[in-house]
Amino acid sequence: MQRITEAFARAKEQNRGAFVAYWTVGYPSLRESEEAIERIIAKGADIIELGVPFSDPFADGGVIREAAYKALAQGTTLDSVLELASRVRERHPQTGLVLFSYYNPIFSKGVEAFANAAAAAGIDAVLAVDLPLEERDELVVPLRKRGVSFIPLIAPNTPLERVKASEQGLENSFLYIITVKGTTGARDSLPPDLAERLDAIRAVASLPVAAGFGISSPEQAAEVSRHADGYIIGTALMKS
Amino acid sequence: MTTHYSIYGGQYVAETLMGPLAELAAAYAEAKRDDAFKTELDAILRDYVGRETPITFASRLTAHLGGAKILLKREDLNHTGAHKVNNTIGQALLARRMGKKRLIAETGAGMHGVATATVAALFGMPCDVYMGAIDVERQAPNVERMKMLGATIHAVSEGSATLKDAMNEALRDWVANCDDTFYVIGTVAGPAPYPEIVRDFQSVIGKEARRQCLEKFGRLPDQAIACVGGGSNAMGLFAGFMDDPAVKLVGVEAGGKGLATGQHAASINGGRVGVLHGAKTMLLQTDDGNILDTYSVSAGLDYPGVGPEHCYLHDIGRAEYPVVTDDEAIAAFDALCRFEGIIPALESSHALAEAIKRAPALPKDAILLVNLSGRGDKDMENVRRYKDAKNN
Repeated sequence: MQRITEAFARAKEQNRGAFVAYWTVGYPSLRESEEAIERIIAKGADIIELGVPFSDPFADGGVIREAAYKALAQGTTLDSVLELASRVRERHPQTGLVLFSYYNPIFSKGVEAFANAAAAAGIDAVLAVDLPLEERDELVVPLRKRGVSFIPLIAPNTPLERVKASEQGLENSFLYIITVKGTTGARDSLPPDLAERLDAIRAVASLPVAAGFGISSPEQAAEVSRHADGYIIGTALMKS
Repeated sequence: MTTHYSIYGGQYVAETLMGPLAELAAAYAEAKRDDAFKTELDAILRDYVGRETPITFASRLTAHLGGAKILLKREDLNHTGAHKVNNTIGQALLARRMGKKRLIAETGAGMHGVATATVAALFGMPCDVYMGAIDVERQAPNVERMKMLGATIHAVSEGSATLKDAMNEALRDWVANCDDTFYVIGTVAGPAPYPEIVRDFQSVIGKEARRQCLEKFGRLPDQAIACVGGGSNAMGLFAGFMDDPAVKLVGVEAGGKGLATGQHAASINGGRVGVLHGAKTMLLQTDDGNILDTYSVSAGLDYPGVGPEHCYLHDIGRAEYPVVTDDEAIAAFDALCRFEGIIPALESSHALAEAIKRAPALPKDAILLVNLSGRGDKDMENVRRYKDAKNN
């Protein structure tokens, strides 16, 4: 199943950007997060990023951090995220599912055991915030053996040659373009050079390109979709 | 550049920081080749910090214990009162060389924060220091010092409100401001190339001590002993003796209320391999891979991880890592005050406690070299409170 590739293809046929939605699992409770994910899929999300709460969310802004602390306080673990994922998968055979985590919970479980569990849960791809190109093989290789892909992050200061290297060997994936230097979180405006940068990345990339961090309004999503294959909304969803 | 120490180390950071880390590694490689850099660093260490620091023979303590000679490497005599300044001066020189306009730092006990605020003042750069809210409380004198020096202190109240959370917040600042901001990391942890850079800047401790020991006693020490939180003063001491296999290297971890209680900060003794703050290293963590709160009477050792090179030295058996409890550290603190007229930092008191344990069983001509990494002025209130609690 190439659900991520298909999700972007479907959006393109319909002349729109793919809607990728993030939610921290376990926030405000495990049950409510599952309901929230159902609502978001009903609203038309093409791909869901299931956030794994972590004790030290150093790449996140205030909203997602607070969500993580709350989820952890209620006992949410990587295993509960995987269990939730398999339930969502059963109800939604077509929706792309990305597990979004810091690397330590995954490493702590063991990459082989994690890769087995992710495949069994119907996860399409994994995004590990703190696993850049230089370190990622230790996870990407075990995942690939089970047919699970990996989502690379592309930062505002990532050179185009590195963009090319980042998509090497990946299919059923997309490039997650970080719009701003900084943490996750809604912002009033997007950087003025974003459109230009997205065009430049798209010109060299084979994978679909989706932009995230700071996208909060339908207007911003529409603007981004003119220069990207999709957009990612997290904080703004969780705040609403 | 060394990026990995066997399975440890690496660059486990968000993509936005890969560019700045590469820029730092290149600048450091270039600085190392530049004689002018070394000349300037050495001059500041001599004329401003007051290096070299002496080694002191603790004669009354040695006589009291009746065994091996205890020598103290006096990093407490550095300007700012600890070894931390050796590294902040080096990193600030790098920052200036790279055209960075602003310094940021994390701090636990506040000694690294003070040392960073100090060089920021010396070089005329703005400085923001992140410190856990609990540490702000228990290390109030250092907070005042940083403010006097012109730094802005950010009390971090989320998570466990200690050093690890301060480091999270410093990383968030750096990700957002990496174009003009230099992150001065205070220990041999974090992503490559920081562990190597910090070790190199702290290696002055071990190099001096080795030469001084030879000059004064005509031989090398039998053991070189230092406390390990992140492990920068230990790595600085060890660096001088790495190629002397006869010299035992001893890194002392903070045992808090005892390993069995779970209330400690001994990552190598009580942890599992994991990934935090950019490096793969031994971590105190839950079964699910979340980071545990740590405990030590000494704020400077209160960190759930440890420098990756220490994990490597432990694995290959080049260094050993015993544990010293709060009680033992406080007893060593008292002993140094009373026998030698030196008030040591609670961090350094852990190293001293290990030497006090070992000395009696060793012959009188054996030498234990202890890194007295800092002075204890900052700890007066903590020691008083600790003793009050014990007596009640």
